[in-house]
Amino acid sequence: MMNDQTPAVVVDGLRVFRGSREVLPGISLSVPRGQVVGLLGPNGGGKTTLLRSIVGVQIIAGGTVTVLGEPAGSPGLRSRVGYVTQDASVYADLTVRANLIYFAALAGAPRTDVERIVEVVDLSADIDSRVDRLSGGQRSRVSLAAALVGSPELLVLDEPTVGLDPVLRRDLWTLFRSLADEGTTLLVSSHVMDEATRCDRLLLLRDGRLLADDSPAGLLARTGAPDAEQAFFALIENEGAA
Amino acid sequence: MNPRLTLATATRVLQQVRSDHRTLALMIAVPCVLIGLLAWIFNGTPVFDKIGAPLLGVFPFVVMFLITSVATLRERSSGTLERLLSTPLGKGDFLAGYALAFGALAVVQALVATGFAIWVCGLDVAGPRWLLVVVAVTVAVLGTATGLFVSAFARTEFQAVQFMPAFVLPQFLLCGLLVPRDQLPRALELVSGVLPLSYAVDAMRTLTTTVDAAGDVGFDVAIVAAFAVAAIAAGSLTLRRRTP
Repeated sequence: MMNDQTPAVVVDGLRVFRGSREVLPGISLSVPRGQVVGLLGPNGGGKTTLLRSIVGVQIIAGGTVTVLGEPAGSPGLRSRVGYVTQDASVYADLTVRANLIYFAALAGAPRTDVERIVEVVDLSADIDSRVDRLSGGQRSRVSLAAALVGSPELLVLDEPTVGLDPVLRRDLWTLFRSLADEGTTLLVSSHVMDEATRCDRLLLLRDGRLLADDSPAGLLARTGAPDAEQAFFALIENEGAA
Repeated sequence: MNPRLTLATATRVLQQVRSDHRTLALMIAVPCVLIGLLAWIFNGTPVFDKIGAPLLGVFPFVVMFLITSVATLRERSSGTLERLLSTPLGKGDFLAGYALAFGALAVVQALVATGFAIWVCGLDVAGPRWLLVVVAVTVAVLGTATGLFVSAFARTEFQAVQFMPAFVLPQFLLCGLLVPRDQLPRALELVSGVLPLSYAVDAMRTLTTTVDAAGDVGFDVAIVAAFAVAAIAAGSLTLRRRTP
Protein backbone atom coordinates (compact mmCIF):
# COMPACT_ATOMS: atom_id res chain seq x y z
CA MET A 1 0.00 0.00 0.00
CA MET A 2 1.83 3.08 -1.20
CA ASN A 3 -0.74 5.62 -0.20
CA ASP A 4 -3.75 4.60 1.81
CA GLN A 5 -5.27 8.05 1.43
CA THR A 6 -6.02 7.70 -2.28
CA PRO A 7 -9.44 6.16 -2.87
CA ALA A 8 -9.60 2.51 -3.95
CA VAL A 9 -11.90 3.40 -6.83
CA VAL A 10 -12.40 6.68 -8.65
CA VAL A 11 -15.10 6.84 -11.33
CA ASP A 12 -15.22 10.03 -13.36
CA GLY A 13 -17.91 10.80 -15.93
CA LEU A 14 -18.49 7.12 -16.72
CA ARG A 15 -20.88 6.51 -19.61
CA VAL A 16 -22.02 3.04 -20.60
CA PHE A 17 -24.46 1.89 -23.26
CA ARG A 18 -25.99 -1.55 -23.27
CA GLY A 19 -27.53 -1.97 -26.67
CA SER A 20 -28.97 1.43 -27.58
CA ARG A 21 -29.90 2.22 -23.97
CA GLU A 22 -27.61 4.52 -22.00
CA VAL A 23 -27.38 2.66 -18.67
CA LEU A 24 -24.89 5.03 -17.05
CA PRO A 25 -25.17 8.58 -18.44
CA GLY A 26 -21.99 10.04 -16.91
CA ILE A 27 -21.57 8.99 -13.30
CA SER A 28 -18.81 10.08 -10.91
CA LEU A 29 -18.02 8.63 -7.51
CA SER A 30 -15.22 7.34 -5.34
CA VAL A 31 -14.80 4.41 -2.97
CA PRO A 32 -12.50 4.98 0.02
CA ARG A 33 -10.00 2.29 1.01
CA GLY A 34 -10.57 -0.21 3.78
CA GLN A 35 -14.30 0.35 4.00
CA VAL A 36 -17.45 -1.59 3.25
CA VAL A 37 -19.28 0.46 0.65
CA GLY A 38 -22.83 -0.49 -0.22
CA LEU A 39 -24.13 0.08 -3.73
CA LEU A 40 -27.88 0.18 -3.30
CA GLY A 41 -30.79 0.77 -5.58
CA PRO A 42 -33.60 -0.92 -7.46
CA ASN A 43 -33.03 -3.66 -10.01
CA GLY A 44 -32.20 -2.36 -13.46
CA GLY A 45 -30.66 0.81 -12.06
CA GLY A 46 -27.17 0.14 -13.38
CA LYS A 47 -25.54 -1.49 -10.33
CA THR A 48 -24.14 -4.50 -12.17
CA THR A 49 -23.00 -2.35 -15.08
CA LEU A 50 -21.13 -0.04 -12.69
CA LEU A 51 -19.47 -3.00 -10.93
CA ARG A 52 -18.51 -4.57 -14.26
CA SER A 53 -16.94 -1.26 -15.32
CA ILE A 54 -14.90 -1.15 -12.12
CA VAL A 55 -13.70 -4.74 -12.62
CA GLY A 56 -12.86 -3.82 -16.22
CA VAL A 57 -15.02 -6.34 -18.06
CA GLN A 58 -17.52 -3.78 -19.38
CA ILE A 59 -17.06 -1.89 -22.64
CA ILE A 60 -17.47 1.77 -21.72
CA ALA A 61 -18.47 4.68 -23.95
CA GLY A 62 -16.75 7.46 -22.03
CA GLY A 63 -15.20 8.67 -18.80
CA THR A 64 -12.50 7.03 -16.70
CA VAL A 65 -12.44 4.37 -14.01
CA THR A 66 -9.32 4.23 -11.83
CA VAL A 67 -8.87 1.27 -9.51
CA LEU A 68 -6.05 1.14 -6.92
CA GLY A 69 -4.26 3.82 -8.92
CA GLU A 70 -4.45 2.07 -12.28
CA PRO A 71 -6.99 2.20 -15.12
CA ALA A 72 -9.72 -0.41 -14.52
CA GLY A 73 -8.98 -3.72 -16.20
CA SER A 74 -5.18 -3.20 -16.32
CA PRO A 75 -3.24 -6.48 -16.30
CA GLY A 76 -1.61 -5.47 -13.01
CA LEU A 77 -5.01 -5.27 -11.32
CA ARG A 78 -6.14 -8.79 -12.16
CA SER A 79 -4.54 -10.32 -9.08
CA ARG A 80 -5.49 -7.36 -6.84
CA VAL A 81 -9.23 -7.21 -7.56
CA GLY A 82 -11.65 -10.02 -6.72
CA TYR A 83 -15.00 -10.10 -8.52
CA VAL A 84 -18.02 -12.17 -7.54
CA THR A 85 -20.83 -12.15 -10.08
CA GLN A 86 -24.49 -12.39 -9.12
CA ASP A 87 -24.78 -16.04 -10.18
CA ALA A 88 -22.25 -18.42 -8.68
CA SER A 89 -19.58 -18.60 -11.39
CA VAL A 90 -17.70 -21.71 -10.32
CA TYR A 91 -17.49 -25.19 -11.84
CA ALA A 92 -20.56 -27.15 -10.76
CA ASP A 93 -19.02 -30.49 -11.77
CA LEU A 94 -15.96 -30.07 -9.54
CA THR A 95 -15.59 -30.29 -5.77
CA VAL A 96 -15.27 -27.18 -3.64
CA ARG A 97 -11.61 -28.07 -3.13
CA ALA A 98 -10.85 -28.55 -6.84
CA ASN A 99 -12.55 -25.23 -7.66
CA LEU A 100 -10.59 -23.32 -5.04
CA ILE A 101 -7.26 -24.98 -5.90
CA TYR A 102 -7.76 -23.81 -9.48
CA PHE A 103 -8.69 -20.24 -8.56
CA ALA A 104 -5.83 -20.12 -6.04
CA ALA A 105 -3.42 -21.19 -8.83
CA LEU A 106 -4.76 -18.42 -11.07
CA ALA A 107 -4.33 -15.84 -8.32
CA GLY A 108 -0.83 -17.11 -7.55
CA ALA A 109 -1.87 -17.99 -3.99
CA PRO A 110 -0.45 -20.98 -2.11
CA ARG A 111 -2.61 -24.11 -1.81
CA THR A 112 -2.71 -23.69 1.95
CA ASP A 113 -4.94 -20.67 1.30
CA VAL A 114 -7.69 -23.05 0.22
CA GLU A 115 -8.13 -24.63 3.65
CA ARG A 116 -8.03 -21.23 5.32
CA ILE A 117 -10.62 -19.65 3.01
CA VAL A 118 -12.95 -22.64 3.25
CA GLU A 119 -12.96 -22.10 6.98
CA VAL A 120 -13.64 -18.39 6.54
CA VAL A 121 -16.77 -19.02 4.45
CA ASP A 122 -17.79 -21.91 6.72
CA LEU A 123 -17.67 -24.69 4.11
CA SER A 124 -15.10 -26.97 5.77
CA ALA A 125 -17.62 -29.80 6.08
CA ASP A 126 -18.40 -29.67 2.36
CA ILE A 127 -14.91 -29.18 0.97
CA ASP A 128 -14.96 -32.50 -0.90
CA SER A 129 -18.55 -32.21 -2.15
CA ARG A 130 -19.27 -31.42 -5.76
CA VAL A 131 -20.60 -27.90 -6.11
CA ASP A 132 -23.77 -29.07 -7.90
CA ARG A 133 -24.70 -31.10 -4.83
CA LEU A 134 -24.67 -28.01 -2.60
CA SER A 135 -27.53 -25.66 -1.75
CA GLY A 136 -27.83 -22.26 -3.44
CA GLY A 137 -26.45 -20.48 -0.40
CA GLN A 138 -23.46 -22.80 -0.19
CA ARG A 139 -22.81 -22.37 -3.90
CA SER A 140 -22.69 -18.60 -3.64
CA ARG A 141 -20.23 -18.96 -0.76
CA VAL A 142 -18.01 -21.15 -2.96
CA SER A 143 -18.12 -18.36 -5.54
CA LEU A 144 -17.17 -15.85 -2.84
CA ALA A 145 -14.36 -18.11 -1.62
CA ALA A 146 -13.01 -18.33 -5.18
CA ALA A 147 -12.57 -14.54 -5.08
CA LEU A 148 -11.10 -14.55 -1.56
CA VAL A 149 -8.20 -16.90 -2.34
CA GLY A 150 -5.28 -14.72 -3.25
CA SER A 151 -6.44 -12.05 -0.76
CA PRO A 152 -7.41 -9.27 -3.20
CA GLU A 153 -7.12 -5.65 -2.06
CA LEU A 154 -10.50 -4.78 -3.58
CA LEU A 155 -13.49 -7.11 -3.52
CA VAL A 156 -16.37 -6.33 -5.85
CA LEU A 157 -19.45 -8.31 -4.87
CA ASP A 158 -22.63 -8.26 -6.93
CA GLU A 159 -25.65 -9.06 -4.73
CA PRO A 160 -23.77 -11.63 -2.64
CA THR A 161 -26.62 -12.01 -0.14
CA VAL A 162 -29.53 -12.38 -2.55
CA GLY A 163 -31.63 -15.45 -1.81
CA LEU A 164 -29.81 -16.27 1.43
CA ASP A 165 -31.52 -16.88 4.76
CA PRO A 166 -31.21 -14.22 7.47
CA VAL A 167 -28.60 -16.11 9.52
CA LEU A 168 -26.35 -16.58 6.53
CA ARG A 169 -26.78 -12.94 5.53
CA ARG A 170 -25.76 -11.81 8.98
CA ASP A 171 -22.71 -14.12 8.91
CA LEU A 172 -21.65 -12.81 5.53
CA TRP A 173 -21.88 -9.18 6.63
CA THR A 174 -19.82 -10.07 9.70
CA LEU A 175 -17.25 -11.58 7.32
CA PHE A 176 -17.27 -8.45 5.13
CA ARG A 177 -16.68 -6.34 8.21
CA SER A 178 -13.72 -8.42 9.36
CA LEU A 179 -12.19 -8.30 5.87
CA ALA A 180 -12.50 -4.53 5.88
CA ASP A 181 -10.91 -4.41 9.34
CA GLU A 182 -7.92 -6.23 7.84
CA GLY A 183 -7.64 -3.52 5.17
CA THR A 184 -9.63 -4.95 2.25
CA THR A 185 -11.92 -2.56 0.41
CA LEU A 186 -15.35 -4.02 -0.30
CA LEU A 187 -17.88 -2.75 -2.79
CA VAL A 188 -21.10 -4.67 -2.23
CA SER A 189 -24.28 -4.22 -4.25
CA SER A 190 -27.70 -5.04 -2.88
CA HIS A 191 -31.29 -4.18 -3.49
CA VAL A 192 -32.16 -4.99 0.12
CA MET A 193 -32.22 -1.62 1.83
CA ASP A 194 -31.93 -2.94 5.39
CA GLU A 195 -28.40 -4.08 4.57
CA ALA A 196 -27.46 -0.40 4.32
CA THR A 197 -26.83 -0.11 8.04
CA ARG A 198 -24.02 -2.67 7.70
CA CYS A 199 -22.02 -0.37 5.43
CA ASP A 200 -19.55 2.41 6.20
CA ARG A 201 -20.71 4.31 3.18
CA LEU A 202 -23.67 4.16 0.81
CA LEU A 203 -24.03 4.82 -2.87
CA LEU A 204 -27.66 5.05 -3.97
CA LEU A 205 -28.07 4.41 -7.65
CA ARG A 206 -31.27 4.85 -9.61
CA ASP A 207 -31.69 4.93 -13.38
CA GLY A 208 -27.95 5.25 -13.78
CA ARG A 209 -27.67 8.32 -11.60
CA LEU A 210 -26.21 8.67 -8.13
CA LEU A 211 -28.89 9.87 -5.68
CA ALA A 212 -26.59 9.81 -2.66
CA ASP A 213 -22.98 9.21 -1.66
CA ASP A 214 -22.97 9.42 2.12
CA SER A 215 -22.52 7.54 5.37
CA PRO A 216 -25.68 5.78 6.62
CA ALA A 217 -25.98 8.26 9.51
CA GLY A 218 -25.40 11.22 7.20
CA LEU A 219 -28.05 9.95 4.83
CA LEU A 220 -30.65 9.63 7.57
CA ALA A 221 -29.78 13.04 8.99
CA ARG A 222 -30.02 14.67 5.56
CA THR A 223 -33.40 13.16 4.69
CA GLY A 224 -34.86 12.97 8.20
CA ALA A 225 -35.94 9.44 7.42
CA PRO A 226 -36.04 6.64 10.05
CA ASP A 227 -34.27 4.05 7.87
CA ALA A 228 -32.43 3.64 4.59
CA GLU A 229 -35.50 2.55 2.67
CA GLN A 230 -37.45 5.65 3.72
CA ALA A 231 -34.39 7.79 2.97
CA PHE A 232 -34.27 6.34 -0.50
CA PHE A 233 -37.94 7.14 -1.13
CA ALA A 234 -37.41 10.65 0.26
CA LEU A 235 -34.55 11.20 -2.18
CA ILE A 236 -36.65 10.00 -5.10
CA GLU A 237 -39.47 12.36 -4.15
CA ASN A 238 -37.08 15.29 -3.73
CA GLU A 239 -35.72 14.59 -7.14
CA GLY A 240 -39.21 14.53 -8.63
CA ALA A 241 -39.98 17.90 -7.00
CA ALA A 242 -36.75 19.55 -8.13
CA MET B 1 1.33 -16.87 -21.57
CA ASN B 2 2.30 -18.60 -18.36
CA PRO B 3 3.03 -22.37 -18.37
CA ARG B 4 1.89 -22.71 -14.75
CA LEU B 5 -1.54 -21.23 -15.50
CA THR B 6 -1.86 -23.26 -18.73
CA LEU B 7 -1.13 -26.44 -16.79
CA ALA B 8 -3.54 -25.48 -13.99
CA THR B 9 -6.26 -24.96 -16.60
CA ALA B 10 -5.53 -28.26 -18.34
CA THR B 11 -5.66 -30.06 -14.98
CA ARG B 12 -8.98 -28.45 -14.14
CA VAL B 13 -10.49 -29.41 -17.53
CA LEU B 14 -9.29 -33.00 -17.11
CA GLN B 15 -10.78 -33.12 -13.60
CA GLN B 16 -14.11 -32.03 -15.05
CA VAL B 17 -14.00 -34.75 -17.71
CA ARG B 18 -12.94 -37.34 -15.14
CA SER B 19 -15.91 -36.48 -12.94
CA ASP B 20 -18.21 -37.31 -15.85
CA HIS B 21 -17.71 -41.07 -16.21
CA ARG B 22 -20.24 -41.50 -18.96
CA THR B 23 -18.62 -38.91 -21.24
CA LEU B 24 -15.25 -40.49 -20.62
CA ALA B 25 -16.58 -43.96 -21.45
CA LEU B 26 -18.28 -42.68 -24.61
CA MET B 27 -15.12 -40.91 -25.77
CA ILE B 28 -13.08 -44.09 -25.52
CA ALA B 29 -15.67 -46.72 -26.44
CA VAL B 30 -17.59 -45.15 -29.32
CA PRO B 31 -14.67 -45.03 -31.80
CA CYS B 32 -13.94 -48.71 -31.02
CA VAL B 33 -17.56 -49.73 -31.53
CA LEU B 34 -17.69 -47.88 -34.86
CA ILE B 35 -14.40 -49.41 -36.04
CA GLY B 36 -15.65 -52.82 -34.98
CA LEU B 37 -18.91 -52.34 -36.86
CA LEU B 38 -17.05 -51.22 -39.95
CA ALA B 39 -14.77 -54.26 -39.85
CA TRP B 40 -17.79 -56.49 -39.44
CA ILE B 41 -19.77 -54.87 -42.30
CA PHE B 42 -16.86 -55.31 -44.70
CA ASN B 43 -15.90 -58.72 -43.37
CA GLY B 44 -14.05 -60.73 -46.02
CA THR B 45 -13.52 -57.75 -48.37
CA PRO B 46 -10.47 -55.45 -48.73
CA VAL B 47 -12.60 -52.37 -47.96
CA PHE B 48 -11.85 -52.23 -44.22
CA ASP B 49 -8.11 -52.08 -44.85
CA LYS B 50 -8.75 -49.24 -47.29
CA ILE B 51 -11.01 -46.98 -45.20
CA GLY B 52 -10.24 -48.15 -41.65
CA ALA B 53 -7.25 -45.88 -41.19
CA PRO B 54 -8.87 -42.77 -42.72
CA LEU B 55 -11.84 -43.19 -40.38
CA LEU B 56 -9.44 -43.47 -37.43
CA GLY B 57 -8.51 -39.93 -38.41
CA VAL B 58 -12.10 -38.71 -38.68
CA PHE B 59 -13.57 -39.95 -35.37
CA PRO B 60 -11.30 -37.95 -33.02
CA PHE B 61 -12.10 -34.78 -34.97
CA VAL B 62 -15.84 -35.27 -34.53
CA VAL B 63 -15.68 -36.28 -30.86
CA MET B 64 -13.29 -33.54 -29.76
CA PHE B 65 -15.13 -30.89 -31.79
CA LEU B 66 -18.40 -31.71 -30.06
CA ILE B 67 -17.03 -31.98 -26.54
CA THR B 68 -14.96 -28.81 -26.75
CA SER B 69 -17.67 -26.68 -28.29
CA VAL B 70 -20.14 -27.66 -25.58
CA ALA B 71 -17.55 -27.31 -22.79
CA THR B 72 -16.51 -23.80 -23.85
CA LEU B 73 -20.11 -22.77 -24.41
CA ARG B 74 -20.74 -23.80 -20.81
CA GLU B 75 -17.82 -21.63 -19.70
CA ARG B 76 -19.30 -18.70 -21.56
CA SER B 77 -22.87 -19.12 -20.32
CA SER B 78 -22.07 -20.00 -16.69
CA GLY B 79 -20.06 -16.81 -16.19
CA THR B 80 -16.86 -18.72 -15.41
CA LEU B 81 -15.20 -17.44 -18.59
CA GLU B 82 -15.87 -13.83 -17.61
CA ARG B 83 -14.49 -14.59 -14.17
CA LEU B 84 -11.39 -16.29 -15.58
CA LEU B 85 -10.68 -13.33 -17.84
CA SER B 86 -10.81 -10.99 -14.84
CA THR B 87 -7.96 -13.00 -13.25
CA PRO B 88 -4.29 -13.11 -14.35
CA LEU B 89 -5.15 -16.03 -16.67
CA GLY B 90 -4.21 -15.13 -20.27
CA LYS B 91 -6.39 -15.97 -23.25
CA GLY B 92 -3.52 -18.09 -24.57
CA ASP B 93 -3.37 -20.00 -21.28
CA PHE B 94 -7.09 -20.71 -21.49
CA LEU B 95 -6.93 -21.99 -25.07
CA ALA B 96 -3.69 -23.90 -24.61
CA GLY B 97 -5.07 -25.43 -21.41
CA TYR B 98 -8.05 -26.80 -23.30
CA ALA B 99 -5.91 -27.97 -26.23
CA LEU B 100 -3.50 -29.69 -23.82
CA ALA B 101 -6.26 -31.42 -21.83
CA PHE B 102 -8.16 -32.69 -24.85
CA GLY B 103 -4.89 -33.49 -26.62
CA ALA B 104 -4.01 -35.77 -23.69
CA LEU B 105 -7.43 -37.42 -23.88
CA ALA B 106 -6.92 -37.79 -27.62
CA VAL B 107 -3.69 -39.71 -27.03
CA VAL B 108 -5.60 -42.24 -24.91
CA GLN B 109 -8.48 -42.37 -27.38
CA ALA B 110 -6.15 -42.81 -30.35
CA LEU B 111 -4.08 -45.53 -28.63
CA VAL B 112 -7.19 -47.50 -27.71
CA ALA B 113 -8.94 -47.08 -31.08
CA THR B 114 -5.80 -47.82 -33.11
CA GLY B 115 -4.92 -50.82 -30.96
CA PHE B 116 -8.46 -52.12 -31.29
CA ALA B 117 -8.42 -51.66 -35.07
CA ILE B 118 -5.08 -53.41 -35.50
CA TRP B 119 -5.19 -56.24 -32.99
CA VAL B 120 -8.91 -56.97 -32.67
CA CYS B 121 -10.21 -56.06 -36.13
CA GLY B 122 -7.04 -56.99 -38.00
CA LEU B 123 -6.48 -53.65 -39.72
CA ASP B 124 -3.47 -53.94 -41.99
CA VAL B 125 -1.47 -50.82 -42.84
CA ALA B 126 1.71 -50.59 -44.88
CA GLY B 127 3.28 -47.64 -43.06
CA PRO B 128 4.47 -47.45 -39.43
CA ARG B 129 1.60 -47.93 -36.97
CA TRP B 130 2.72 -45.27 -34.50
CA LEU B 131 2.11 -42.68 -37.21
CA LEU B 132 -1.59 -43.60 -37.10
CA VAL B 133 -1.61 -42.35 -33.52
CA VAL B 134 0.30 -39.18 -34.40
CA VAL B 135 -2.23 -38.32 -37.13
CA ALA B 136 -5.19 -39.14 -34.87
CA VAL B 137 -3.90 -36.92 -32.05
CA THR B 138 -3.17 -34.02 -34.42
CA VAL B 139 -6.69 -34.30 -35.82
CA ALA B 140 -8.11 -34.39 -32.29
CA VAL B 141 -6.31 -31.16 -31.40
CA LEU B 142 -7.68 -29.67 -34.61
CA GLY B 143 -11.18 -30.75 -33.48
CA THR B 144 -10.63 -29.08 -30.11
CA ALA B 145 -9.31 -25.89 -31.69
CA THR B 146 -12.21 -25.71 -34.15
CA GLY B 147 -14.72 -26.42 -31.38
CA LEU B 148 -13.27 -23.59 -29.27
CA PHE B 149 -13.57 -21.17 -32.17
CA VAL B 150 -17.05 -22.23 -33.29
CA SER B 151 -18.53 -22.14 -29.77
CA ALA B 152 -18.24 -18.35 -29.88
CA PHE B 153 -21.02 -18.30 -32.48
CA ALA B 154 -23.45 -20.45 -30.53
CA ARG B 155 -25.83 -18.94 -28.01
CA THR B 156 -27.25 -22.24 -26.79
CA GLU B 157 -26.12 -25.83 -26.52
CA PHE B 158 -28.69 -26.76 -29.16
CA GLN B 159 -26.93 -24.47 -31.60
CA ALA B 160 -23.50 -25.73 -30.59
CA VAL B 161 -24.47 -29.33 -31.25
CA GLN B 162 -25.81 -28.41 -34.69
CA PHE B 163 -22.51 -26.84 -35.67
CA MET B 164 -21.23 -30.41 -35.79
CA PRO B 165 -23.18 -31.40 -38.93
CA ALA B 166 -22.68 -27.88 -40.30
CA PHE B 167 -18.89 -27.84 -39.91
CA VAL B 168 -17.94 -31.49 -39.91
CA LEU B 169 -20.19 -33.29 -42.39
CA PRO B 170 -19.28 -31.14 -45.42
CA GLN B 171 -15.61 -31.85 -44.66
CA PHE B 172 -16.44 -35.54 -44.38
CA LEU B 173 -18.19 -35.52 -47.77
CA LEU B 174 -15.31 -33.71 -49.47
CA CYS B 175 -12.33 -35.32 -47.74
CA GLY B 176 -11.89 -38.03 -50.36
CA LEU B 177 -13.40 -40.96 -48.50
CA LEU B 178 -16.55 -41.21 -50.65
CA VAL B 179 -15.03 -40.06 -53.94
CA PRO B 180 -11.27 -39.59 -54.37
CA ARG B 181 -10.51 -35.87 -54.25
CA ASP B 182 -8.98 -35.77 -57.75
CA GLN B 183 -12.22 -37.20 -59.17
CA LEU B 184 -14.45 -34.55 -57.58
CA PRO B 185 -15.92 -31.79 -59.76
CA ARG B 186 -13.23 -29.13 -60.14
CA ALA B 187 -14.93 -26.58 -57.85
CA LEU B 188 -15.38 -29.14 -55.07
CA GLU B 189 -11.83 -30.36 -55.49
CA LEU B 190 -10.63 -26.81 -54.88
CA VAL B 191 -12.85 -26.50 -51.81
CA SER B 192 -11.60 -29.80 -50.43
CA GLY B 193 -8.06 -28.46 -50.78
CA VAL B 194 -8.71 -25.78 -48.15
CA LEU B 195 -10.43 -28.09 -45.65
CA PRO B 196 -8.21 -29.56 -42.92
CA LEU B 197 -9.90 -32.97 -42.73
CA SER B 198 -8.85 -33.66 -46.36
CA TYR B 199 -5.20 -33.61 -45.29
CA ALA B 200 -5.86 -35.86 -42.32
CA VAL B 201 -7.50 -38.40 -44.59
CA ASP B 202 -4.70 -38.04 -47.17
CA ALA B 203 -2.18 -38.80 -44.43
CA MET B 204 -4.08 -41.89 -43.32
CA ARG B 205 -4.43 -43.06 -46.95
CA THR B 206 -0.69 -42.74 -47.49
CA LEU B 207 -0.11 -44.76 -44.33
CA THR B 208 -2.46 -47.45 -45.61
CA THR B 209 -0.63 -47.97 -48.89
CA THR B 210 2.97 -46.78 -48.50
CA VAL B 211 5.70 -48.44 -46.47
CA ASP B 212 8.01 -45.43 -46.42
CA ALA B 213 5.25 -42.97 -45.53
CA ALA B 214 6.87 -40.70 -42.94
CA GLY B 215 7.77 -37.84 -45.33
CA ASP B 216 4.38 -37.47 -47.01
CA VAL B 217 2.50 -38.04 -43.77
CA GLY B 218 4.67 -35.49 -41.99
CA PHE B 219 3.77 -32.91 -44.62
CA ASP B 220 0.03 -33.57 -44.25
CA VAL B 221 0.26 -33.58 -40.45
CA ALA B 222 2.05 -30.22 -40.58
CA ILE B 223 -0.83 -28.80 -42.64
CA VAL B 224 -3.42 -30.14 -40.17
CA ALA B 225 -1.38 -28.70 -37.29
CA ALA B 226 -1.22 -25.33 -39.08
CA PHE B 227 -5.03 -25.35 -39.37
CA ALA B 228 -5.23 -26.12 -35.63
CA VAL B 229 -2.94 -23.20 -34.79
CA ALA B 230 -4.99 -20.91 -37.04
CA ALA B 231 -8.22 -22.05 -35.37
CA ILE B 232 -6.72 -21.36 -31.92
CA ALA B 233 -5.60 -17.92 -33.06
CA ALA B 234 -9.09 -17.23 -34.43
CA GLY B 235 -10.55 -18.58 -31.18
CA SER B 236 -8.45 -16.18 -29.12
CA LEU B 237 -10.03 -13.29 -31.03
CA THR B 238 -13.45 -14.46 -29.83
CA LEU B 239 -12.39 -14.29 -26.16
CA ARG B 240 -12.97 -10.74 -25.00
CA ARG B 241 -12.06 -9.44 -21.59
CA ARG B 242 -14.48 -6.57 -22.09
CA THR B 243 -17.98 -7.28 -23.33
CA PRO B 244 -20.96 -4.98 -24.01
